[in-house]
Amino acid sequence: MSSPSPPVDRTLQASLSSSLTAYHVFIQTILDQLADLGWHKSDLFAVHMALEESISNAIRHGNKEDPAKKVQVDCQISPARFWVQICDEGAGFEPSAVPDCCAADCLENPGGRGSRVSVCPACNSG
Amino acid sequence: MASPQRLEINESASITVIHFKDQKIIDPGAIQELGQELFDLVEKEDRRKIVLNFANVEFLSSAALGKLITFEKKAKRIGAELILTNISPEIYQVFAITNLDKLFKIKDSEADALAVL
Repeated sequence: MSSPSPPVDRTLQASLSSSLTAYHVFIQTILDQLADLGWHKSDLFAVHMALEESISNAIRHGNKEDPAKKVQVDCQISPARFWVQICDEGAGFEPSAVPDCCAADCLENPGGRGSRVSVCPACNSG
Repeated sequence: MASPQRLEINESASITVIHFKDQKIIDPGAIQELGQELFDLVEKEDRRKIVLNFANVEFLSSAALGKLITFEKKAKRIGAELILTNISPEIYQVFAITNLDKLFKIKDSEADALAVL
């Protein structure tokens, strides 16, 4: 009897317009596919957070909601792996130059948390 | 005040208990409305003891967190007491990652909050 074939990644791609209301259907499609592959609720939450914050940041800060610009999302998923690449058409930024939203004197700043919460919880610990 | 679209508001013994109508708080327009409805509670209605119950909330974006932070500042400014309750483990982790568990007073249940207000 032959061993089962390794799971093949599924690929999802989209070229999203730079509107903060234009990407939620695509995110839901990815989440539905992951759920179909058996992903746990807490992992789906983490993926959802990563996609929501990364794509909205790309639209808001990268493309500055310019309708002439796109956000390209390439995603590969399997029962055990989630990989995504999100590219905007902005000038780029230096992550270390972003103020630390979690510093005691910045806690009451309403913005700046998107990039922090889009990183997986394990990477944020410690 | 017009009937709130994003919040379910109940008043009991001078304590205002808020439930969110949306399970996923991600739409920019909905977040804007939600924020304004929260701000009105302290700026127009002068509510001084407020419980925000997250039992219905499955997901919220950092933009929604921003509104909550602004609400906390406005509540603090008028001396209102604010407690968050019934936060799911996943959302609580977001609060912890961003140190917002140090900014907000958080209780496990609505009953726990009512007991200390």
